[in-house]
Amino acid sequence: MSEQKPASRNELMVVAAARALKGKRVCFVGVGLPNIAVNLAKRTVAPQMELVYEAGVFGASPARLPLSIGDPTIVTGSTATVSMHDLFGLYLQGGRIDVGFLGGAQIDKYGNLNTTVIGDYTAPKTRLPGSGGACEIAINAKEIMVIMRQSTRSFVQKLDFRTSPGHLGGAAASATLRKEQGWGGNGPSVVVTDLAVYGFNSDGEMELRSIHPGATLDEVKGSIGWELRVPANVPETPAPTTEELRLIREELDPTGAYV
Amino acid sequence: MSGATGSKLRSMRDAIAAHVHDGDTVAIEGFTHCISFAAGHEIIRQKRRNLTLARMTPDLVYDQMVAAGCAKKLIFSWLGNPGVGSLHAIRRRTEPAALAAGETLLEVEEYSHHGMVGRYVAGAHRLPFYPLRSYSESDLPNVNPLIRQVESPYGDGKIWAVPPLNPDVAIIHAQRADEEGNVQMWGLLGCQKEAAFAAKRVIAVVEKIVPTSVVRADPNRTIIPGLIVDAVVHEPYGAHPSYVQGGYDRDNAFYREWDAISRDAAATDAWLKEWVYDLPDRAAYVAKFGAAYFKNLTPTSAPSGAVDYGDYR
Repeated sequence: MSEQKPASRNELMVVAAARALKGKRVCFVGVGLPNIAVNLAKRTVAPQMELVYEAGVFGASPARLPLSIGDPTIVTGSTATVSMHDLFGLYLQGGRIDVGFLGGAQIDKYGNLNTTVIGDYTAPKTRLPGSGGACEIAINAKEIMVIMRQSTRSFVQKLDFRTSPGHLGGAAASATLRKEQGWGGNGPSVVVTDLAVYGFNSDGEMELRSIHPGATLDEVKGSIGWELRVPANVPETPAPTTEELRLIREELDPTGAYV
Repeated sequence: MSGATGSKLRSMRDAIAAHVHDGDTVAIEGFTHCISFAAGHEIIRQKRRNLTLARMTPDLVYDQMVAAGCAKKLIFSWLGNPGVGSLHAIRRRTEPAALAAGETLLEVEEYSHHGMVGRYVAGAHRLPFYPLRSYSESDLPNVNPLIRQVESPYGDGKIWAVPPLNPDVAIIHAQRADEEGNVQMWGLLGCQKEAAFAAKRVIAVVEKIVPTSVVRADPNRTIIPGLIVDAVVHEPYGAHPSYVQGGYDRDNAFYREWDAISRDAAATDAWLKEWVYDLPDRAAYVAKFGAAYFKNLTPTSAPSGAVDYGDYR
């Protein structure tokens, strides 16, 4: 085999997200990059993982990368294909989902997400798709992972609209409210971008965990709209292995449509 | 609601003429799978106006109907071109800066997926609301006053609620039905069953009409009984460019093409003229694409194993 090309930033994102899924059992999958990350995790760090698609599939075994969330390949060979009432009621709100993937047009430092509008709701500058299942995934999945590219437009001080709650205005209030209202989930745990990996500290605020190879701290801080918490000694995200890159390039996204 | 017996087989033209009226609330359901584009196009041809269009995911079918001037309002939970991007005709009617002269903004009423499913469930069950845990600390209830909180009668605090949705007509695509409208479907079921039971009238559109004996040989596969169906339309490839599990694949290339077409209002109008107004019906649409086109969308076979129901005389 000829020498591998170095990993692109999208590949770094996908690999970091896949590794965060190590040992997870039931994962609610989105389309695009999350879908590739989850399928990569299933082939590497989480072989027992059940893939759940909001369209009504538990235990999917997709033979190709689905373009849409409702592609027929997620049905054929799945463990169970169910109505959406069952999927959202029995599986998601019923507390059977360990990890949900979300993204968005905007995220704030507490991991709250906007997928509804840019600008004023009644007269939007940009009308975005809206919640879909995101609002209930944020509330009911035990843990939320976020994949999105970072920029000062997307990592903002204040959301234009809060579609899906994260750690609200801070961890203490969020934990109390989650308990009082009987939420199934604990909120966002990991955010993976094209530059870095973030976790959340005890205040529920996003905190830098590692910087991808090739990215710099200045670049990371310069593309975030708030004063980022940076612990001492931030490590570099471990580079993708030859095998991880091979799986992405040859099996998961051979045409390079997503990564 | 029907209750009539005997054959309900109708042409799409007759079914739409009889059951879809100006000002109706219409739900053409099907989550990515089995979306009746054939019905949407016939509604466009018959120039229905002031419709309230309900669907979890408006998809291309409502983008086309909005572009054709059929709609005054959308009720939905996810407004996009799945896997591709935006619905541009709808964006032109929801973003003030993009609004053309003489056009008005569409009314929008939005939920989450679970909320939309719950609205159909409440409607189908004749209940005043559907309770769910979604919407806590989301801004959605601030912009949709129909999403409300109720106190649990069992002292467990407050829970969010959505109101019933009872469309005037639900239009459901599926693999097969008999002439009485007993509908069988497999693959992604979406909320076809819930929307149909919630609706005042139901049009079932199917790829294949089968004898009742075929339905009765596999009763677990029936999602909608003929009891609630008003018209059955036989419309092969009627869900294209969406798909039918085991029949034909999703035409992802067209979903991508629509992105380019729909960005431009004139190109959208030209597409509607060529593919909807200038064609008499779905059969002509299928013929215009040609048999080879659909052959390329046909999957290889993966049949289920048969189950044994037993004979209990």
